Amino acid sequence: MASPTHTATLRRILDSSWVRPFIFLVLIVVLWDVTIRVFKIPPYQIPAPADVIRALWVERTRLLSEAVPTTTATLAGFVLAAVFGIGMAMLIAGSRTVESYVYPLLVFSQSIPKVAIAPLFVVWFGFGLVPKVISAFLLGFFPVVVAGVQGFKSVDQDMRDLARSMKASRLQTFQMVSFPHAMPAIFAGLKVSVTLAVVGAVVGEFVGANSGIGYVLQRSIGNFELDVMFAALVILALMGVVLFWLVDLVERLLVPWHASQRHEIYATA
Amino acid sequence: MAQTRLKLVSGDGAEATSPRRRLIEVDRLTKTYRTRDGDVPSLKPIDLAIREGEFVAVVGPSGCGKSTLLKLMAGLIPPTSGEIRIDGKPVKEPPDDVGIVFQSPVLLAWRTVIRNVMMPVEVRRLDRETHLARARKLIATAGLEGFENKYPWQLSGGMQQRTAICRALVHDPKIVLMDEPFGALDAMTRERMNLELQRIHHETQKTITLITHSIPEAVFLADRVVVMTERPGSIAAIYDVPLGRPRSLEMMGDPAFIALSQKIREHFYAQGHLD
Repeated sequence: MASPTHTATLRRILDSSWVRPFIFLVLIVVLWDVTIRVFKIPPYQIPAPADVIRALWVERTRLLSEAVPTTTATLAGFVLAAVFGIGMAMLIAGSRTVESYVYPLLVFSQSIPKVAIAPLFVVWFGFGLVPKVISAFLLGFFPVVVAGVQGFKSVDQDMRDLARSMKASRLQTFQMVSFPHAMPAIFAGLKVSVTLAVVGAVVGEFVGANSGIGYVLQRSIGNFELDVMFAALVILALMGVVLFWLVDLVERLLVPWHASQRHEIYATA
Repeated sequence: MAQTRLKLVSGDGAEATSPRRRLIEVDRLTKTYRTRDGDVPSLKPIDLAIREGEFVAVVGPSGCGKSTLLKLMAGLIPPTSGEIRIDGKPVKEPPDDVGIVFQSPVLLAWRTVIRNVMMPVEVRRLDRETHLARARKLIATAGLEGFENKYPWQLSGGMQQRTAICRALVHDPKIVLMDEPFGALDAMTRERMNLELQRIHHETQKTITLITHSIPEAVFLADRVVVMTERPGSIAAIYDVPLGRPRSLEMMGDPAFIALSQKIREHFYAQGHLD
């Protein structure tokens, strides 16, 4: 028999921020299923949720093994994007000359669709990991730069004056003030970057690869196996979520002082 | 670079022969900012001498160049003409013997109170051990004991500003420059901080220059009050404060206090400007 305390516990669980997205997900899946049934949408247009779940189960070993090269390419591209993105942001924020030369071109280059030039990477580097990594890097790079520049530049004048009044060297100012100050902004950029890196890796696999989730997607569309295709999409989405969550975790560890991470009660007196 | 003479002036009898020697000399100092719309004069020629251990408050209307004067004294910006000498040496770069407090506490959010206070020691590569003890003592006298390992966001505004004052004092500078340090605090906290600052001045005998908007604050704290005119700023008058020390908040009702405050206020009325 359900006692009032049990109902209260249940309500608390349903209300927790962990459960909410799952509730919403279930709602969407139900809506999806109902829509297919009501409008009698054939499975070669949109597969039913049950079929997708079955495909996930049946193809689980293939999907998981194909997820490995995609994850590798994503991570490699993301790490490159983070390293070069932060480096570029430092240069742009640190020097007006570099900024005036590089920044406009960088923005310009962003309007080039990566999908269009991805085949070129295959021409240059062959069918392998490299073109995927480059494509993941190119998509992940820009958000890190923009966020980093914003972070490095938002150190206020009093803070700069303070460092200067202590005769802090450029390196000291960077280490003690600018870099930690830019961390929250950089992490905001990294979170966007990591999800885009997944997209980048898949784009790389679309145009030239014989492995990876992108390859599975390509094949299953060609064969009208929409249930497999959707299953691959679910895997991709999960990859994005897990990677995003990992970056968030690192942020919590490295930037515990930032307003967005504060869970403690104010101790004022 | 090597002239970091860090000793507590109060405990030092050697300089007692000339306790009131000129420490800061401002000599025909002007500052003009170059902007796209042409030159904007900020300071007309200014002459001012501040003696060692003296507490000088600078009051003036908004935008009169008080903060510019302070930045010039701190060596953060170069003068257009004239010069400032500290201990007889012209200020060309930020001097070692100066601590600064800004209007906002500008604490590093990722550092605890003690590590914020220790920042100048780290930057200047001074001896960690002795200064850590000094930092702890400063924190204790500022009433922040027990908060050493708290982060700035866990402190009230007044506590943050007290941390900033500790930071300005940690390397034991002779001179402390303060740019409206209590401007962002509520009236009650401000009065408490004024008492606090008076005590610090009394105990350490630092030479303090305080920029402020508040006439009562200036009169309450200072040995001399410098009144500045509107932009381009120049010195309208310098008043000696005829009040003994230590001063209590009740002295704000003293006829001498009121008379001087009124006299200073009249400058701003005459300029048609009241902050």
